[in-house]
Amino acid sequence: MTSQPQTLVTEEMKKRRDNWSEPRYSPPASLSDIRKWAIAVYWPEKPPRLYWDEEYAKTTRYGGIIAPPDFNPFAWPVEREVMNTNATPQGGGVGTRGMNGGQTEWYHAPIRPGDVLHSTSALVDWNERTTRLGLTLFDTTETRWYNQRNELVKVRHSVGIRY
Amino acid sequence: MTFNVYWEDVKEGQKVPTWSRKTDFMHWNRYAAVNDEFVYIHMDDEAGRAALNEQGAFGMGNLRWAYLHNMLRDWAGDEAWVVSMGCQFRAINQKNDVLTCEGTVTKKYEKDGMYLVDLELNVVNQKNDKTAPGMATVALPKRTGAYKLPK
Repeated sequence: MTSQPQTLVTEEMKKRRDNWSEPRYSPPASLSDIRKWAIAVYWPEKPPRLYWDEEYAKTTRYGGIIAPPDFNPFAWPVEREVMNTNATPQGGGVGTRGMNGGQTEWYHAPIRPGDVLHSTSALVDWNERTTRLGLTLFDTTETRWYNQRNELVKVRHSVGIRY
Repeated sequence: MTFNVYWEDVKEGQKVPTWSRKTDFMHWNRYAAVNDEFVYIHMDDEAGRAALNEQGAFGMGNLRWAYLHNMLRDWAGDEAWVVSMGCQFRAINQKNDVLTCEGTVTKKYEKDGMYLVDLELNVVNQKNDKTAPGMATVALPKRTGAYKLPK
């Protein structure tokens, strides 16, 4: 009989807890990036003018074009991160199967054209319990985005599920 | 400035206008292009089936996330602010699914000078599967009196 693990929490996770990563920087958010993002998420209808019409955007409380809250200025980095492919839906046994458990974001400031964002992340929490999938680990990674004025722009909690 | 909705006019229990898209590769590929999210399970039917989805390639959760934001924005307007939003991805977005974002106001309150509404959210497909349950808090402008919003 294959023995089941007592826990999916690893020593590596314990070491990583609350250890904030070195900041990574986005290129400046461009008007074109913002426009294309808005077009893509509204496709096939035209996106709101706040995201592409400077004359209209000047009449809003923002005084100019801003990015949608879901905008990702870190997309298309030149240096590529090596993706962790250990946990996938297919997996290879207990503790190696994984999926996205969802996310929550808190928005503090808009992203404007020309803004350079930097982000830092840490594993901040986990809990483990038996579910219909068997022994299941839920871990939370917090990511903080700041702009070039060091103003907090966004906080994100991403939940990973491993079973 | 154009105001879509004022805090005073919102009622707990009210549903916000739904927001809907029928999605396929045209939507997923455009999103992949802006988010640099070129992942085989979203692009290739064989890869989708290898990930145990019989119908092949499937849509990215991030796009449904964007759709929920679109619903909130289209309802609340440019003079409001989404304070927070969260969701889980419980079911797959198959090709040609009609995804409808729904929201219901659950609470209305003031906090630190911001006039807020909490909402329950979901992305429902044409089979009435609730694919992405979630919650949001939105800060709204007021018709009369001072109110606070992020700069």
